[in-house]
Amino acid sequence: MAMFAALLELADDHLILGHRISEWCGHAPMLEEDLALPNMGLDVIGTARTLYAHAAEIESKGRSEDDLAFLRVERDYRNLLLVERPNGDFAATMLRQLYFSAFMEPFWNAALASPDVLIRGVAGKASKEMAYHVRHAGEWVIRLGDGTDESTARMQGAVAELHRFTGEMFLQSDAAAACGVLPDRAAMRDDWDRTIGMIFAEALLEVPDVAFPQTGGRQGVHGECLGHLLAEMQYLQRAYPGAEW
Amino acid sequence: MTEATPLWEVFIRPRNGLAHKHMGSLHAADEVLALSAARDVYTRRGEGVSIWVVPSVAITASDPDRAAENFEPTADKIYRHPTFYDIPDDVGHM
Repeated sequence: MAMFAALLELADDHLILGHRISEWCGHAPMLEEDLALPNMGLDVIGTARTLYAHAAEIESKGRSEDDLAFLRVERDYRNLLLVERPNGDFAATMLRQLYFSAFMEPFWNAALASPDVLIRGVAGKASKEMAYHVRHAGEWVIRLGDGTDESTARMQGAVAELHRFTGEMFLQSDAAAACGVLPDRAAMRDDWDRTIGMIFAEALLEVPDVAFPQTGGRQGVHGECLGHLLAEMQYLQRAYPGAEW
Repeated sequence: MTEATPLWEVFIRPRNGLAHKHMGSLHAADEVLALSAARDVYTRRGEGVSIWVVPSVAITASDPDRAAENFEPTADKIYRHPTFYDIPDDVGHM
């Protein structure tokens, strides 16, 4: 069951982040970003779908990808705390996207050598998507960090709020270590530090020291915000079980 | 908003070997963000393999009020159209 649990962790990261990004749809600061954000959301939701379908097949208890995505309770979600954080302002959303994609790009690149054919397939597609997310979010972090007084203050605020959630990305769960088909998360540290360091230097942002790193998502111990997210995300499947369109 | 994010014209080449074609316009703060926005707005359905963005202010357009003097004099010069030649079948599509 290590494989099932490990796939679920990864799928939950992508679904919850995808749902968060989808909340921007129709609300982005400009039309161009109103299209760019759902594009990025659909990238990660697409990855989540493939991983859930793979997990459901491995579990072979008759559950579908939709059952796994929509019909579990809060404590059963294993996503990182970072991805469930509320969108905040545009600066916080772009920074969260940069933190996540700067981790996932080297992760999927390493996963290209996975013994699991489906993981290799996901990795081939997702590594390119993540490279674009790093570029898109990175350009905004640079411009907002080194922008006006207002934008600089907001980007610094986003760093102060979100940086403490980044350490959890590098922790390997027992399931992920045992499944044998996913890269070691701790090995992404150098790549991530380099990417963030380069972008922060250009953005005139300081990489903060984190006194109290926040973890717990992989154990199902989430912030209050996840419950509200799930209430909205699961509403349709709860109210109209099995609904399709 | 418009001052901070000027208008850019977007040109996309659908395939290698074809010319870039005007697709539309968008607002962006600079050329890097304009390229990124063009990718997100105009290539979502696999429309192209290359993007150009050009500041709209860099385009000098012909005056519509001068359309008559610009374009109508060519209307009766049909001898400029290469339609009086027999094209050998072997040439194929030209």
